Amino acid sequence: MRSTGQDQQKVRTLWQRLHLDIPLLLGILTLLALGLFLVYSAGGQETGVVIRKARSIGVALLGMFIVAQIPPLAYRKWAVPVFILGLLMLVSVLLFGHVGKGAQRWLDLGFIKFQPSEIMKLIVPIMIAWFVSQENLPVKISTVVLAFILVLLPTLLIAKQPDLGTSLLIASSGIFVIFLAGASWRLIMVCVGLASAFVPILWMFLMKPYQKQRVMTFLNPEQDPLGSGYHIIQSKIAIGSGGINGKGWLQGTQSQLEFLPERHTDFIFSVFSEEFGLIGVAALLAVYLFVVMRGLWIAVNAQHAFTKLLAGSLTLTFFVYVFVNIGMVSGLLPVVGVPLPLVSYGGTSMVTLMLGFGILMAISTHRRFHV
Amino acid sequence: MTRRVAIRNHSAEANLFARRTFIAFCIVVLVLLILLGNVFTLQVESFEKYQTRSNSNRIKLLPVAPNRGLIYDRNGVLLADNKPVYSLEVIAEDVDDIEESVAQVSQLLNISKERQSKFFKRMKRKRRFKPVELHTRLSDQQVALFSVNQHKFPGIFVNARLKRYYPFSDLTTHNLGYVARINRKDANKLEQEGKSENYAATYGIGRLGIERYYEDMLHGSIGHQEVEINNQGRVIRTLNYTPPLPGKDLTLTLDIELQMIAKRALSGKRGAIVAMDPRTGGILAMYSNPSYDGNLFVHGISSKNYKKLLESKDLPLINRSVQGYPPASTVKPFLALTGLEENIITPTTIVNDPGWYQLKGLPNKYRDWLPWGHGKVNLRKAIEQSCNIYFYDLAFKLGITKISTMMERFGFGERTGLDIHEESKGIMPSVAWKRARYNKSWYTGETLSVGIGQSYWTVTPLQLTQALTTLVNRGERKIPHLLKANSELIIESSGNAYHQITPTVYEPQAPLKLKNDEHWNVVLDAMHSTVQTVGATAHAAFKGAKYDASGKTGSAQVARRKQGEKYDAKTTSENKRDNAMFIAFAPFEKPEIVVAVAIENVEKGGGGTNAAPVARQIMDQYFGDRVITSHRHRFIKQPNSASTHQAREAE
Repeated sequence: MRSTGQDQQKVRTLWQRLHLDIPLLLGILTLLALGLFLVYSAGGQETGVVIRKARSIGVALLGMFIVAQIPPLAYRKWAVPVFILGLLMLVSVLLFGHVGKGAQRWLDLGFIKFQPSEIMKLIVPIMIAWFVSQENLPVKISTVVLAFILVLLPTLLIAKQPDLGTSLLIASSGIFVIFLAGASWRLIMVCVGLASAFVPILWMFLMKPYQKQRVMTFLNPEQDPLGSGYHIIQSKIAIGSGGINGKGWLQGTQSQLEFLPERHTDFIFSVFSEEFGLIGVAALLAVYLFVVMRGLWIAVNAQHAFTKLLAGSLTLTFFVYVFVNIGMVSGLLPVVGVPLPLVSYGGTSMVTLMLGFGILMAISTHRRFHV
Repeated sequence: MTRRVAIRNHSAEANLFARRTFIAFCIVVLVLLILLGNVFTLQVESFEKYQTRSNSNRIKLLPVAPNRGLIYDRNGVLLADNKPVYSLEVIAEDVDDIEESVAQVSQLLNISKERQSKFFKRMKRKRRFKPVELHTRLSDQQVALFSVNQHKFPGIFVNARLKRYYPFSDLTTHNLGYVARINRKDANKLEQEGKSENYAATYGIGRLGIERYYEDMLHGSIGHQEVEINNQGRVIRTLNYTPPLPGKDLTLTLDIELQMIAKRALSGKRGAIVAMDPRTGGILAMYSNPSYDGNLFVHGISSKNYKKLLESKDLPLINRSVQGYPPASTVKPFLALTGLEENIITPTTIVNDPGWYQLKGLPNKYRDWLPWGHGKVNLRKAIEQSCNIYFYDLAFKLGITKISTMMERFGFGERTGLDIHEESKGIMPSVAWKRARYNKSWYTGETLSVGIGQSYWTVTPLQLTQALTTLVNRGERKIPHLLKANSELIIESSGNAYHQITPTVYEPQAPLKLKNDEHWNVVLDAMHSTVQTVGATAHAAFKGAKYDASGKTGSAQVARRKQGEKYDAKTTSENKRDNAMFIAFAPFEKPEIVVAVAIENVEKGGGGTNAAPVARQIMDQYFGDRVITSHRHRFIKQPNSASTHQAREAE
């Protein structure tokens, strides 16, 4: 094995030296490019939005490249202190945080404002993957319980901000690690049961009125077509009126005439569906599937439990973005404020995602050095 | 793999992980299929529904008002026009400093502070990209002044709308009526009749006269502009335009020149003239004095002006041509005809007129207008001299029922069917009528009064022309009407457009049949000699006329007088003085025109001296005695009298 490894080392390509995974990169670039075209269309055909988006793509690609150079096993050393730091930041957000759009998400450090919850999207899977991979797999029940508590802490802190979308993503990133680590099916069933029992508690004590309203609206958007139901109705009209072939790029009336809200951020999938139709949607889903397949392939081929779990969790969390976003704009899920990954306008979440892909590339290309 | 196998089984872990990953992957694929399936439902199965909703989001139909049909007189003179009215409008979002700009433009055009503050109030309620009116009726000077300075005022512009305009103002108001802003009542009525969609963009609706009667013809059909709007309702572009179909143009039977003569002849008097063509029933002139300017109502009359019209003693708002007057002696020819038909009299029956008439056993004396009486009179002389005694006797012998039955056949007491809604029925008294109206029985004395066209009897000047038409046509009845023809714009599918002129067809009426047709001639001859015999009541008025006229005068007592009281106009208060009435037709052979004149409260004399000269002026004009008016050169070519005749016969 070592010899074959050395052989492989000898034939390492330029891309491997750069720690870039080409199939993954191609999938990502496809989505980013599509995002540029859609933001141009959704943003009233102004180049300003496109340039800003291109700039944050540049930053995100650079960030991804840098992260890809870091040997992934190195994260293990930092997992605990960084996780604790992250929790402290979440607590301080709640105490001193900057209020924007009715939620406390931002921490102002004087020279930079940032959302600790975004960084937690990476820290939580790293932490849980490290914690679970300390022992042999499959995980023991006691480990699962402890891991759950570790996941629950940041999830609840973020849900309290309130940021339902992010807390959902963070919870799933931790749960995916536990699932991939081989938690027994019986345990999974018990958890599902507990989660269902938790729903009424969530409804009664944790959700803010506007979040409840969103759920009510999801259940019956036509009840208030000009108020809370407006977003989802207009979104479904946009998607439905796209038909099989779509209205054509820049020709979507729902988006161009501004009937569709949040066009270049959360509802960009509606713009895409309106302008490119079912054929476009199928193609887009295929690209996402390709990225997910590549991510899972990297996970399966990773050489250490920690990297396997981390890669698998990052990939599946990426897919959760896709599912929740498309699900919510097409009326399958309540609106929770999750962007369409890599396509939506909005720098912060894209940078986080790209850093995650940087980690995936590191896992894919830093093999053989640590066994 | 050689060391620590017991501690950590990498291969087992890898297998476990691969299995779990595979399960996760399957779930991913499943979820993607669900997402795709949902989008498929939206985009394929519900496509039409969402396409419709998308279109109804963005596509709006803006109604476009049709141009109202124009109204012409019989010779093509324009009587009702659509004239542009200019308003000054402001689009707030296109103006940098709105208060400054409005102040400047107001100073330039001298717009009042009141209008400015109203504008700012309106502006607050409207969206920033929608125009708001700063001034609704700019004068031509203001339009010109603004046009020169327009470059200084971006976002402020002049808009033109068509509004109704009546060039002859008060001359035609009682016939044409006017168009006024649609009010709540009109809107409710349109809603009930299912027409409100067609009126979505329409400003005004016909309120009186022809404008009201032919509203449906004049209005036309609404057009639509299909526009694309954004979420704020701003118009992005026009997708489609369906032009409105203009209303039909109407040609009336009126002759505006005769109308002018009528106005001049009645100037300073209260009264009405109706002139009609007995061959068709077409109204040649119909004028009620005083009149008022219908244009005032088009823009919404000020309450001050309206009060003035309402409170005027001369009642200008009333159309006297269709209001009831006591007919007085003008109905004597019709009563004579009734007597002949009922075999009460013959043309040679003689009645002695000592100046008064008395019923047996009653003290009341019914006086003739000539105190010493006319002596022995036959039918012709009774009509020539308007002998009351002859007709008291006739009426007494006929009785009220025979009189009212025959008079109803001439149309008295009924609407003539003229094509305006403001017509009064007048009153044809009868036993049943009095019972219904006053719950009293009929007195014989009242029959005597009916015999000279007094008592409860009232007729409209229009009814007189209709009855006279039946008389001169020897029983052939006509419906009086104003509409001669309508002209409709036809647009063929090929794009060709032309005007299709449809003459109005009036249903022939069942004729009034007499037992002996010779009776017509007897009465008509008597009317002829009333004008043509020297010393007869209407002779003086038609002296020297170039046509052969016939007629009958009347002087109606307005206020009830005591038995034996002497009437002297000078000592009687103005509104209790006698009314002067006159009916006439010409030429005697093949009549072309019948005229009825009513003049209220004349200073002295009766129908012969007051009303007959008015009819003479109308007939002089009709038969080609030139009258030059100040309006004349503007629209009338000067025809020689022969061609005028031909043109008039053409109807």
